[in-house]
Amino acid sequence: MWRDAVLVAGKDLRIEARSRVATNQVAPFALLVLVLFAFALDPDRGVLTRAAAGLFWVAVLLCALLAVQRAQTVEAGEGTADALRLSGLDPAGIFLGKAGAVAVQLLVLEVLLGLGLVVLYGVDLAGYPVLAATALAATLGLAAAGTLYGALASGSRVRETLLPLLLLPAVAPVLIAATRASEAALGTGGLDVAPGDWLALLGVFSVVYVAAGTVAFGPLMEEQ
Amino acid sequence: MDDAVHLRSTVCLLGRFPALAGLDLVVARGETLLVRGANGAGKTTLLRALAGLVPVVEGRAEVLGCDLRRDRRRVRPRVGLLGHGPALYDELSVADNLRFWARAGRARPADLGAAMARFGLDGRLRDVLVARLSAGQRRRAALAVLVARTPELWLLDEPHAGLDAAGRDVLDELVREVTAAGATVVLASHELERAAGLATRSVTLAGGRIVDDGSRWPDALAGPRRQEPVHVA
Repeated sequence: MWRDAVLVAGKDLRIEARSRVATNQVAPFALLVLVLFAFALDPDRGVLTRAAAGLFWVAVLLCALLAVQRAQTVEAGEGTADALRLSGLDPAGIFLGKAGAVAVQLLVLEVLLGLGLVVLYGVDLAGYPVLAATALAATLGLAAAGTLYGALASGSRVRETLLPLLLLPAVAPVLIAATRASEAALGTGGLDVAPGDWLALLGVFSVVYVAAGTVAFGPLMEEQ
Repeated sequence: MDDAVHLRSTVCLLGRFPALAGLDLVVARGETLLVRGANGAGKTTLLRALAGLVPVVEGRAEVLGCDLRRDRRRVRPRVGLLGHGPALYDELSVADNLRFWARAGRARPADLGAAMARFGLDGRLRDVLVARLSAGQRRRAALAVLVARTPELWLLDEPHAGLDAAGRDVLDELVREVTAAGATVVLASHELERAAGLATRSVTLAGGRIVDDGSRWPDALAGPRRQEPVHVA
């Protein structure tokens, strides 16, 4: 399973490196979202700094949608879905590989968005160990849930519009927990709550969706 | 049982439509079977069912000793399907595609190199993105993937389509070679003269059933390697 996961992740990342969709479209989109938030809220940096954590994770969520849709589109070529089923690759390995590739792209994007927060919103990235742990746990959960719901939606003729409807409500706990944990790390939150509880929630969410994906991905592939 | 394929009263549904409607077919190991039929006769569904991609809902279906009704996933790594699409990633090069599918199928690196060379993909085409290949070149790359995987059962859907004369010759030579080595080939084709030259037997499908088991094979289409006329359960 792990060998297959590495093989699939390597293939997906190579495709993204060649196509440059992530660098030429998704990353500029993410930065554009940050700029638009700044326009919409207030040029006053105080507001932006207080809202930075939530805006950051909303931007990540929107980019996760694009990354997941892209990961599904890659497999929509003529005959590739059948070839994957015939290849002998473990469906759980395919799921982990695809989710892993999405997670790697999101982590790179989060670094870029973090720099955007510093430059555009004047955020001081204090408490970075907590921020890093939050990013890892939240990204794993987003990638796993996104890949699972992406496979679920891919059998539908309206998959592009169905995926956000399925995914966004499902990952609301990630948005909330990651925002609260990030606020605690940045010291911008109104509540005095330790980030550990939110990190634990993110961890549970990630474990549940990774487990669900490894079990359910095979049957979902058969339904496509 | 030494048959590569054993179907009896096999039914496959596409939605509610019975694409295979009680089909009987036996293919011995090492045979090359030509499946003929009009568009919509069920040729592609038959090949996909033999590959374990379409569920068999009624009847008996065994491929390479695997019961398709019990566990159709078991047979998949042992078959190679050349479908209408090339099953390649447009944004990867020819070499990257072949390397990925060969590793996925646990093929040996030596087999991969030989497969590329056989279809003329080891030269300037090696590092070209698949998106930039012609239809015929994609077909060659798809065939090279099959060669690297060395399946026991080759399922070829319109294999000559898009290939130039040289490519067709390489394909024909390949089919003869793999059957001589013990593999089984089932091919569906509208190019009857070309395909008949490869086949040891022919069946005709219509409405998801075999309507002609080859006993009335037209002389004009009789291939040089035609052997037993009928082998239908």
